[in-house]
Amino acid sequence: MRGVLARRRAVDVVSKILMATATVIGVFFLCWIIWATLKYGIPGMHWDLFTKDTPPPGTDQFGLRNAFVGSLLLLGLSMAIGVPIGLMAGTWLAEYGFRSRTAETVRFLNDIMLSAPSIEIGLFAYAAVVAPMGHFSGLAGSVALAILMIPIIVRTTDEMLSLVGGDVREAAIALGAPAWVVITKVTWKAARAGILTGVLIGLARITGETAPLLFTALNNQYFSANMFRPIANIPVVIFQFALSPYTNWQQMAWAAAFITVLFVLVLSLVARWFLGKVQVAK
Amino acid sequence: MKKSLLFVSLALSLAIAASVLALAVVSSADESTITGAGSTWVYPLVAKWSATYQTQTGIKVNYQSIGSGGGIAQIKAGTVAFGASDMPLKPEDLKAAGLIQFPTAVAGAAMSYNLPGIESGKLILSGQVIADIYLGKVKKWDDPAITKLNPGLKLPDMDITVVHRSDGSGTTFTFTNYLTKVSPEWKEKVGSNTSVAWPVGVGGKGSEGIASYVQRIPGSIGYVEYAYILETHGSYARMINGAGKVVSPTLQGFQDASAHVDWAKAQDFYVILTDQPGADTWPISGCTWQILRKNAPKEANIAVMKFFDWGFEHGQQMAKSISFGPLPPSTVKAIQSYWKTELGYGI
Amino acid sequence: MNGSDVVVGIDTGPASEEPRAAAKPLRLSGDSVFHGAAMFAAFVAATTLFGTVIAIAYDSRLSIHAFGIWGFLKSSEWNPVTQTFGAFPFIIGTLVSSTIAMVLGVPVSFGIAVFIVEIAPEWIKKPVAGAIELLAAIPSIVYGLWGLVVFAPVFAQIEPWISHSFGAIPGIGALFQGPPMGIGMLTAGIVLAIMVLPYISSIMRDVFLVVPASLRESAYALGATTWEVAWDVVLPYTRSAVIGGIFLGLGRALGETMAVTFVIGNSNVLSSSLLMPGATIPSVLANEFTEATTKLYVSSLIYLGLILIAVTLAVRFLAVLLIRHLGRREGAAA
Repeated sequence: MRGVLARRRAVDVVSKILMATATVIGVFFLCWIIWATLKYGIPGMHWDLFTKDTPPPGTDQFGLRNAFVGSLLLLGLSMAIGVPIGLMAGTWLAEYGFRSRTAETVRFLNDIMLSAPSIEIGLFAYAAVVAPMGHFSGLAGSVALAILMIPIIVRTTDEMLSLVGGDVREAAIALGAPAWVVITKVTWKAARAGILTGVLIGLARITGETAPLLFTALNNQYFSANMFRPIANIPVVIFQFALSPYTNWQQMAWAAAFITVLFVLVLSLVARWFLGKVQVAK
Repeated sequence: MKKSLLFVSLALSLAIAASVLALAVVSSADESTITGAGSTWVYPLVAKWSATYQTQTGIKVNYQSIGSGGGIAQIKAGTVAFGASDMPLKPEDLKAAGLIQFPTAVAGAAMSYNLPGIESGKLILSGQVIADIYLGKVKKWDDPAITKLNPGLKLPDMDITVVHRSDGSGTTFTFTNYLTKVSPEWKEKVGSNTSVAWPVGVGGKGSEGIASYVQRIPGSIGYVEYAYILETHGSYARMINGAGKVVSPTLQGFQDASAHVDWAKAQDFYVILTDQPGADTWPISGCTWQILRKNAPKEANIAVMKFFDWGFEHGQQMAKSISFGPLPPSTVKAIQSYWKTELGYGI
Repeated sequence: MNGSDVVVGIDTGPASEEPRAAAKPLRLSGDSVFHGAAMFAAFVAATTLFGTVIAIAYDSRLSIHAFGIWGFLKSSEWNPVTQTFGAFPFIIGTLVSSTIAMVLGVPVSFGIAVFIVEIAPEWIKKPVAGAIELLAAIPSIVYGLWGLVVFAPVFAQIEPWISHSFGAIPGIGALFQGPPMGIGMLTAGIVLAIMVLPYISSIMRDVFLVVPASLRESAYALGATTWEVAWDVVLPYTRSAVIGGIFLGLGRALGETMAVTFVIGNSNVLSSSLLMPGATIPSVLANEFTEATTKLYVSSLIYLGLILIAVTLAVRFLAVLLIRHLGRREGAAA
């Protein structure tokens, strides 16, 4: 009997060590990646990155201006497409569909799209936008990014709206407001922190996405704000520069990676802060 | 207070994004931009030329080096104004697709290697040995086939990591074309094209990719345009050419290869420069052809022709500085009259 | 929970008070416009899945017609020169790299989840959980960059040890032969494993927390050790969701593009060793798509994408099904 007990205790101790080791492994790789991003990214930071465009190979110049502008445009257009659709779809689920069979099916399909590999969405955008248009464009890239963003916003909006108490709504109805006014002016307002969180998380998700842009927006070595043509963007520039043998290009790839990681981390932290406020209010 | 500040800043950034967006929608197709795509081989030259061309004329040439395969695909699809390919298209293919092509400048590819302790230029290889390495038959650096050619060199007992292109590349065409000429086994087993079924090796994207892998992996070897080796201070191997002499990759060596072909006589300038005769000829020499669509808008074609004509006239020193050999003046004249006859208009 | 269940959704405006006998002209009230817009948006969200599959299937038809289904799947010849295309090396590459990711990632994820939920002292729980979630925030191209520039050279130092020790084992030794390049199938699998850690472990963590306290407490009361509670009580209870979480991670690993493209070595030739370069469906798409010269080439690449979608869709469908199953059991939102 004592032998069994000792064995069980030993197993417990060993397993605790292994679990802790697993955690250490996870944290170790995180620290390693962040350390490398800082180590190689910060030396590459120059003011030129924001004031000059991407230089040709073999020079010592720095510049990423066109890529930053292109990325902002792509993200902006993606949000313009994705946020309304996501918001309205989430609203339908929470305010019209409830727990019906249709609504549950929509939620199920949405959850599947949540984990869609971005390269598949890129292929779809190629087939649906690039091929018919006959050329690459920032528009196609934004369509791909919007599709990646929508499931997140749908889900968060759905959940956050469902949390809004019935008493707030009933008060508005009692005052004679039509349904759509109740939703937009009362329910949305009450859930705005949570909805905003969803938008931020969606934005964090699509920042840094490269694969869908590879065959939609492509790249452009010059400054351009034309979304109907190929446009420069940070992720594809990182891809091109990182795999090159030129030192200034490699440094810029790391600097751009550093800025991307910083941007995503800030977005995630802000989103989490907002989410915390929502949890407190619950 | 803090939360409303956040909302205000968020609204402000959305407003900025919206106005930049408006700018994008308003801005129509750039009149003063010529788009081209294709060969990574010629990219250093086009990049240098276009940078100066922009300061002199204000016209931008947007060139994406996605590989010769991509250049051919894009000009066929009409998504670019010119496609650059290191593999010349055959006259019948050009005719069938409604395209014309003309050469740009001559250059060479060399074998770049990463062998700690062995400096650039010290290693000597022959075409046969390179073919055997790329077939996977010669696996280690101290294989007798290699040591035989390098009696004075202490080669390590290291595995050879072969690096090739993972994308469709004219450099691959030039390289494999040379291998088919010096190795019957290569000709039979693999052949020559912009993309082949490599028996062994790691694939890098673009010449930049190969140069990058060779830089990082000890014991690796890859074929790269000489201009890239110069840019990245890589190591190049000398070679034994068709005449049996050991030669280095030099501008003169590339131009010697070019001197042995008759550009003006070749239909649609279809010539192959690999394994040309001559004592100082570099074996893996090649050229890049610019491809235009016959039925592209006249202004678009003229803009492209004007750019390259400028390059022929004013860009020769720039070309030579990165080891690109200018075409002989007779060839440039032949190109100008070719434009007139094929398109019906010239510049 | 929602008082609005009753009220919202019904047109409470003045229009509803008009007599029903007369035929009403079609009024575009604010409510119907809004409702219509919301319904349309939900429709769009629901059908993107089908739209994706249909559009990609449509553009692969040229290649399907040329090579058929079985022929394409088992052919190892990917030759743009002769215009013959076969998916086999890429399917194997995708499966092998993802399998390595799962073999390495699932135990580590489980360890992290158990550590956070069952073992860690209160003050460590939040920071560690936050740190692991940060792994998910890092864009995959940064993983690729780190993998190639930072991890691969270090791993190239470890590879000789791997090929000497594992390579000597009869049978599976052939899996570990090859020059120490630092990049290759194994490296890709390791990077993928790190990438899926946050997804699998956070789902495991969420479902472990859902286990009723009474269940745990009664196990402890009977004298069970922490490990026994985790392995024999919590895990069986959450089994379906845990499997769902694993499938979710698998779905991610199968479709991951940028990280893999940087470190897998881009060789379209099937190799028997994990230390050698290979290719996956996403990596070959990333590398070759913009340079495909012919319609058949493009169509074949899209055909590869179709195969990938078929596989990831099945995996993701199962994942969502399994995760929701537990949620429904508990009455908690999935």
